[in-house]
Amino acid sequence: MDYIKELVFIVIGAILINNFVLSRFLGICPFLGVSRKVSTAMGMGMAVTFVMAMASLITYIVQYAVLEPLGIEYMQTIAFILVIASLVQLVEMVIRKASPGLYQALGVYLPLITTNCAVLGVTILNIQEEYDLLQTVLHGIGAAIGFTLAIVLLAGIRERLDRADVPKAMQGFPITLIIAGLMAVAFLGFQGLIG
Amino acid sequence: MFSEIWIPVAGLGGLGLLFGLGLAIASKKLAVAVDEKEEALKAIMPGANCGGCGYPGCEGYAAALASGEADPSLCPVGGPVLMEQIAEILGVEAQAGAAKVALVRCHGARDLARDKHNYHGVQDCFAASLFQEGAKACAYGCLGLGTCVRACPFDAIHVNEDGVAVVDEDKCTGCAKCADACPKNLIDMVPKDLPVKVLCHSEAKGKAVKVICDVGCIGCGLCAKVCPVDAIEMKNNLPVIDNDKCIGCLLCAEKCPTNSIAADLENRKKAVIKEDACIGCTVCKKACVFDAIEGERKEPHVVVADKCTGCGQCVEKCPKDAIDLV
Repeated sequence: MDYIKELVFIVIGAILINNFVLSRFLGICPFLGVSRKVSTAMGMGMAVTFVMAMASLITYIVQYAVLEPLGIEYMQTIAFILVIASLVQLVEMVIRKASPGLYQALGVYLPLITTNCAVLGVTILNIQEEYDLLQTVLHGIGAAIGFTLAIVLLAGIRERLDRADVPKAMQGFPITLIIAGLMAVAFLGFQGLIG
Repeated sequence: MFSEIWIPVAGLGGLGLLFGLGLAIASKKLAVAVDEKEEALKAIMPGANCGGCGYPGCEGYAAALASGEADPSLCPVGGPVLMEQIAEILGVEAQAGAAKVALVRCHGARDLARDKHNYHGVQDCFAASLFQEGAKACAYGCLGLGTCVRACPFDAIHVNEDGVAVVDEDKCTGCAKCADACPKNLIDMVPKDLPVKVLCHSEAKGKAVKVICDVGCIGCGLCAKVCPVDAIEMKNNLPVIDNDKCIGCLLCAEKCPTNSIAADLENRKKAVIKEDACIGCTVCKKACVFDAIEGERKEPHVVVADKCTGCGQCVEKCPKDAIDLV
């Protein structure tokens, strides 16, 4: 029972309390770059969810089956980047083969994830927190849902912003950064959610 | 000591090799047959991504062509040249689709079509049309603030000194961006080289038009009455010309009391029958809807210059190519 409770805490913690974008400030690049429209933000979120869950699983195996036995844990970063890059490639191929519709929807965003630091961040955090396999995967999914939530929220605001009368100097990224900052402050409110 | 180097090298190298091999196998197994035709089509697309074909960008059109959904004649930028290339790649016959150009259906220049107020706001047709439907007294007229000019990716539409947008047909590719941009919806896409063009789209009644514009269509219907082939129909106080029926006699443009129908009347041609080539078959006489050809059977025919409108129907029909338009 305690274990299940822990799992729930991990997921909710990753989504709301330690939101990867708004609290850990990882994955800011796609957060600002792909948040012009809700539909594309949603696509990016889906792609990230997919890759994060897979990456968490495989980096876990690499960490405990390869790096630790060989005593080269200090190579973690390079090894994980390797995993993520090849994984994204593989995922792209699989999706292209299995579901052309999904490929159409995600296709553009998949290669972008290769350089998404949130993915590397989640895999390294998994190891640091000493999660087991199930916790690792759930943490990955939770983090991705948190990312999706943040990017879709921002995209929704930005869509409305297009019609707003923004002072000239603030148009575009300046106002977006301010909004992102305000969102981060708002998410601070989740800090005491789990005592 | 040495193991401190080779273990990480071998470990990471091995991982890299493993993933590399995995990807290599996967790419073979999961290879999706990329349509060669599609690749070839993408290569010859103009890359303007104007959307004039109705598909999302040049790639979308290439994909649609490769799957056989789209017609090769849809690309307005590439025109007939591209159409032939596409047809070659697809291995189909190219049907000559008429090239389209934009036509501004208003020629109410500043001194001909009156203003109802002076507009000093944002210099944009959309903005201007928000206030009392624009400065022009005619609610259908061209505001001349150049929203279409800014929308045109090919520099093919300009506002002339009289404050009316005019299309440069040589540069126009028919992408219809200006037509979408115009808040008055007065830009239509029409086949290139039309003999007659209706240059007004005011649906107002005759008297209302007359008061505010000297060159607006008053819906009198004279053009429809004079048309020898019934190609003109009056709809909402405006003539609608059926381009398939129109023979290009220009009578409608000649008769229009307000010059709302544009035609190249100055360079109007006349049919001339070469006497030595004419065998007197009477085909041209029958083809002429104006009774402008006279002559007896087996005798050389002659064209009555006063009646001839230069429509060229006889030229097309003559079996001996004995008629020229000069």
